[in-house]
Amino acid sequence: MIIKREYITRVRKKSFLITTFLAPIGIFIFFAAVVTIMVVARSGEKKVALIDPGQHLKIDSIGPLRDDRVFFKYPEESLDSLKSKLALSEYSLVVSIPEQRFDGKTKVFNIDLYGKDEIGMQIKGSIKELVGERLKKLKMDANGITAQQIKDLETSLQVKSFNISAEDKSSDDSKTYIATALGGGMMFLIYIIIFVYGNMVMRSVMEEKSNRIVEVLISSVKPFQLMLGKIIGVGAVGLTQFLIWAVMVPAVYLLVGLIFSDQLMEISQTTTTSENTDLTAIFAFIDSLKDFDFGYILTMFLFYFLFGYLLYASLFAAIGAIIGDDLGESQSLTLVIAIPVVIAFYIGLAVVENPNSVLAAWSSVFPLFSPVVMPALLVFDPPLYRILLSILFLILGSLFFVWLSARIYRVAIMLYGKKPGFKDYMRWIMKSE
Amino acid sequence: MNIVELKNVSRSFEDNKAVDDLSFSIPKGSLFGILGPNGAGKTTTIRMMTRISLPDSGTIFFNQTPLTADHVRQIGYLPEERGLYKKMKVGEQLVYLACLRDMSVKDAKSKMYEWFERFDIMDWEHKLVEELSKGMQQKLQFISTVIHEPSFLILDEPFSGLDPVNANRIRQEIFRLHSEGTTILFSTHRMEQVEEICHRIVLVNKGKNILDGAVSDIKQQFKSNRYRLRYHGELSDKDLDRVQVVDNNPSDLVFEAASVADSNQILTHLVGCGIAVVNFEEILPTLNDIFIQAVSE
Repeated sequence: MIIKREYITRVRKKSFLITTFLAPIGIFIFFAAVVTIMVVARSGEKKVALIDPGQHLKIDSIGPLRDDRVFFKYPEESLDSLKSKLALSEYSLVVSIPEQRFDGKTKVFNIDLYGKDEIGMQIKGSIKELVGERLKKLKMDANGITAQQIKDLETSLQVKSFNISAEDKSSDDSKTYIATALGGGMMFLIYIIIFVYGNMVMRSVMEEKSNRIVEVLISSVKPFQLMLGKIIGVGAVGLTQFLIWAVMVPAVYLLVGLIFSDQLMEISQTTTTSENTDLTAIFAFIDSLKDFDFGYILTMFLFYFLFGYLLYASLFAAIGAIIGDDLGESQSLTLVIAIPVVIAFYIGLAVVENPNSVLAAWSSVFPLFSPVVMPALLVFDPPLYRILLSILFLILGSLFFVWLSARIYRVAIMLYGKKPGFKDYMRWIMKSE
Repeated sequence: MNIVELKNVSRSFEDNKAVDDLSFSIPKGSLFGILGPNGAGKTTTIRMMTRISLPDSGTIFFNQTPLTADHVRQIGYLPEERGLYKKMKVGEQLVYLACLRDMSVKDAKSKMYEWFERFDIMDWEHKLVEELSKGMQQKLQFISTVIHEPSFLILDEPFSGLDPVNANRIRQEIFRLHSEGTTILFSTHRMEQVEEICHRIVLVNKGKNILDGAVSDIKQQFKSNRYRLRYHGELSDKDLDRVQVVDNNPSDLVFEAASVADSNQILTHLVGCGIAVVNFEEILPTLNDIFIQAVSE
């Protein structure tokens, strides 16, 4: 009954609908905006007049010279005449090549830019790159080097590393990369969950205490039932939100893909060609995804989500019961819970870098840290005994903290006015029913 | 038969003994008042009866068996500090609170409509609690206390914050519930309300039972054998020579007499002095007087 109320009142709230449904839509809008901006930016090509009286760049054989920002034209006019009517002309700026020496061994080459107004960094960069490419080509010709020769100098390195202490498992670069990203992502998610839903539980407890309905409630049910009902109810809200997202987010991706497919194709083509991405790396990436047992990872993630949430939410409930309507107090007390979570998060960051350290071993077993740290480590295949130990300690730890919080909650929820001290908490915990 | 019985119940907070070896019993079907000055331990006692807190020592019996969590379902409790979920709809809130006390949703709903009809508030069901006025919230709180048809109803200052019309409406409901067999415990420090409503009382001060019993018995016990005579005519000092006068105003005389027979003799004598009697009565102390006298002792 309590679970149901906590669940239903929250799920029906406007803010739940907003965060649940608008978050994916927000992501959609974000992607749409990114695509649109990229498209708009491309259409904003600037026409640039290039004059080269000394024929250093050999304009006759140059062909069209452009990228997605600038587009060169070669008017047969003098620099002075172009400059004088620049404000009215189709050109945004003029690139002038001054008289100088240029051959296969030139180290420094000068170009002058004349703009209608201040010339942007990116435009300058594009011009430099385009002119630089042209000079490179000319120098290659002058020195008798072919493009193939340059290409032949490059070697693609495929790194394969072996963990000799584990059984004959090879891992390559992209696998480590995915493991880090996946682990980090799950860790971050649990970190956020603990804070967001823990706070939700705390606020709910505080609301009941400050509007005094709690006296009616616990004359009907045991404080423990009330607390646990609240925690489970809010947890169910969290799971619902995740399920909705799990369905919606891929749908939104698909939608973005469908609507903007043409533009995306174009963009991906330009980006891949310009960065010279090797297709083999992509294939290695996709291939190594198969190495992860996603069913196992998801199950473990849910386990750490549930118990980590249970552990911290009960602490948040106890704090909520102590605070009541005194918001000033809440700042300092929530910090007490926030500290282990934040520490766990930083340990997690460190451990992802170095998954076989002693720190990783201890923190993945310690119940206050393991809900955050362990999901980050799981993808690195920690030894089985450590996983089992971590699970055992987390279950024991969360039961202990639920028990502890229930004892504090029971007394604190009916206490108004007087501020309890640490000694009081200890006494409440020790005092039997 | 007693519905609730406290035996040597004590409860302390730190060094403060809120309830100190308190014993009394509440007969089934009675309108029982628990009185006492602020801080006497009334609320602590009530909280122990509802198992919100537990006694350090002593036992509370409910229907002759020690009070357990299951009994709580038969108790309705209206705390002094009222509280409802502000953002919840009236109907949902009532059903929720009823279900917490083991009612089915269907029963809770039909009971709720009964009460809505009784108070003529059928249009409240889908209103949010925060949209209601304070007086309306009080009514709602009262319904939430009685919706599960408790056999024992605890009302802590039920009329505080109510206007006379609504207070009277609640009073009628209290009497109606009582006539249907509900035992009602009424906690207050407003003596005129107790006088008007309760049949039996317990007077608590500093966590101790200083007085309990039927209201009429207690009044007899505390009476000071004073009589009031209202009359037409004149009484001279000589007429009152042998009368122990307490207060002598024109047409209104208060005197003391050793017994009822004695007072009759005095009355006969005074009538013989040529006055016309308008009204003659024994002055019984008000609960207020008794309260002040007992507490200050």
